[in-house]
Amino acid sequence: MSKIEINNVYKIFGKNPKSVLPMVKDGATKEDILDQTGHTVGLDNVSLKIEEGETFVCMGLSGSGKSTLIRHLNRLIDPTDGDILIEGTNVMSLNKESLIDFRRHKMSMVFQRFGLFPHKTVIQNVGYGLEMQGKSEEERNKTSMEKIEAVGLTGFENQYPNQLSGGMQQRVGLARALATDTDIMLMDEAFSALDPLIRSDMQKQLMDLQAELKKTIVFITHDLDESLRLGDHIGILNAGKLVQVGTPVDIVMNPADEYVEAFVKDVNRAKVIKAKVIMTPVNEANGIDKSNMIKIEEDQFIEEFLPQIVCTNSNCEVVDKQGNTKGYISNKELQSSLLKS
Amino acid sequence: MDFFNKIPVMDRTALRELKKGIDSSFKEFSRAYGDGIEGFFDPLLHFLIWLEKLLVSSPWPIVIGVFGLLAWIGSRSIKLVIGTIVCFLVIGYFGMWKNCMATVAIISVSTLVCIVVGIPIGVLMSKSDRAEKTILPVLDMMQTIPSFVYLIPIIMLLGIGKVPGLLAVCIYALPPVVRLTNLGIREVDKETLEASEAFGATPMQKLKSVQIPLSLPTIFAGVNQTIMMALAMVVIASMIGVKGLGVPILQAISNQYLALGMMNGLAIVALAIIFDRVTQQYGQRIQKHRGQKK
Ligand SMILES: Nc1ncnc2c1ncn2[C@@H]1O[C@H](COP(=O)(O)OP(=O)(O)OP(=O)(O)O)[C@@H](O)[C@H]1O
Ligand SMILES: [Mg+2]
Repeated sequence: MSKIEINNVYKIFGKNPKSVLPMVKDGATKEDILDQTGHTVGLDNVSLKIEEGETFVCMGLSGSGKSTLIRHLNRLIDPTDGDILIEGTNVMSLNKESLIDFRRHKMSMVFQRFGLFPHKTVIQNVGYGLEMQGKSEEERNKTSMEKIEAVGLTGFENQYPNQLSGGMQQRVGLARALATDTDIMLMDEAFSALDPLIRSDMQKQLMDLQAELKKTIVFITHDLDESLRLGDHIGILNAGKLVQVGTPVDIVMNPADEYVEAFVKDVNRAKVIKAKVIMTPVNEANGIDKSNMIKIEEDQFIEEFLPQIVCTNSNCEVVDKQGNTKGYISNKELQSSLLKS
Repeated sequence: MDFFNKIPVMDRTALRELKKGIDSSFKEFSRAYGDGIEGFFDPLLHFLIWLEKLLVSSPWPIVIGVFGLLAWIGSRSIKLVIGTIVCFLVIGYFGMWKNCMATVAIISVSTLVCIVVGIPIGVLMSKSDRAEKTILPVLDMMQTIPSFVYLIPIIMLLGIGKVPGLLAVCIYALPPVVRLTNLGIREVDKETLEASEAFGATPMQKLKSVQIPLSLPTIFAGVNQTIMMALAMVVIASMIGVKGLGVPILQAISNQYLALGMMNGLAIVALAIIFDRVTQQYGQRIQKHRGQKK
């Protein structure tokens, strides 16, 4: 059973979404629907599975439906059609009380525009989820302080959000989501307002946290490098349609259409591609010059061993963790993998 | 062609019968329920009388001191406090103390009633578009219908006295709190609300922890307006038996006492300015940190 499962979800915004649904199902485009009916297609037949403990990154241009998709998971938005299952439970079937309970204990969310409470101090903001869970003030403040420290805002706990910079506000939102310690975290452009240094620091923290706690994270971003760094799987949305889902390497090496291709064309491939992906396997490798070899591990990214190769002008022998030779990489393989296909 | 020259008119006798019918059925209604309705307002009446007595019978330095303190709590401005104290001293000096206290009492009670009744109605309107659509025209009517018109049924029902006066003031002064409560809650940023929902707030928690606090400055603007409108009704209310600064004004009108009218009129203006500045400053002060970024 997948942690999160989305089956054929449609979302149409407008006066009478149900009436437009058949048109959308028949394959009319987003522009046609808007022209002819004044309705906006938010999601168009999206199906998706997210496994426990993975980080799923959702990408797409502005207006492609990323925020709409993530809001379906905790039912801030109800789908026009389709099912959403969390741990096998259909969230559409939850009554009011169970939905509230589910939101309190199962999921937390970071908002694109922060969604902070302007009348509450930082520590009160961070403790809000805990307050909803019914935790005592003492416990709330203790946990909140830990999370405030984790995002590097110690000393600001008694300030109000509008006294902080955008990036600091975003970190308050992040701390608030971390505080409730839920299995599933929904992060809508959680790092987009941060400067590059703090951003990469936060990414690192998230990965460390992930390695330790194995939460299920749905992460939205505009930034391909970020998605490649964080994502176990990446889903790409275009005008409400999910056009490709795959591992970072899949997306970079085999883009499904021009839209995805345009996304990945400027990516630094050396950062994404691992040695084992481009090596020529042992049994196919003949006539390779073995005089000048360096050993690399199969899980290393090209970026990591590229300097060595260039400096020593050598070929690579790719080995697994036990040291068994798995294949070879020569200049030829390197060139073809790094050049745009 | 006759049709175009003369607008169709209801038959004279029929029209008279219609009016008579309405009048007599309302009279019957008031005979049957008048006492009950009066009884319903009894606690309010007692409260009003108690407050008025308290203000009039307490030593004046204490009363003025309390007003000064309230002005300080509201505005944190020493200028306003001094202004308040001077105003009340002058009002007292010119012999209007008793009437002024009676007016302060009725304004306070009617404002309180408007807040207690108006805010829940405003909340209801903000929660349901249908409620908003039904209540808005009623508010429009309350604000535009000449007060003398709704005085008639009130007097028929409750006679002359403090309660009907209070009711008349409240009807006129209620709409701003309701309107601005509704507006304030509807204006709260959507993502802030979503955040509260996403963490599992119940509708009541959402209202108490997010919507009301964030709309408080707007609600307060409504309360301020309500106080101003209540003051504007002081003269009309005194026509149906409410004591206060309106009574001498009525006398002045019928007897052409220019000075008396002016003095009491200016006293009302002074009260209005004090109430307005203090509540406005208070409204601005609560807006400072909590102010929404637009
Ligand atoms: N409440 C709404 N009413 C009407 N249309 C909406 C609403 N919310 C979203 N939409 C429409 O749905 C589409 C997807 O919006 P969404 O906010 O999901 O985009 P996004 O991918 O998150 O974009 P961004 O990267 O700019 O945040 C847009 O065309 C938008 O106009
Ligand atoms: Mg978005």
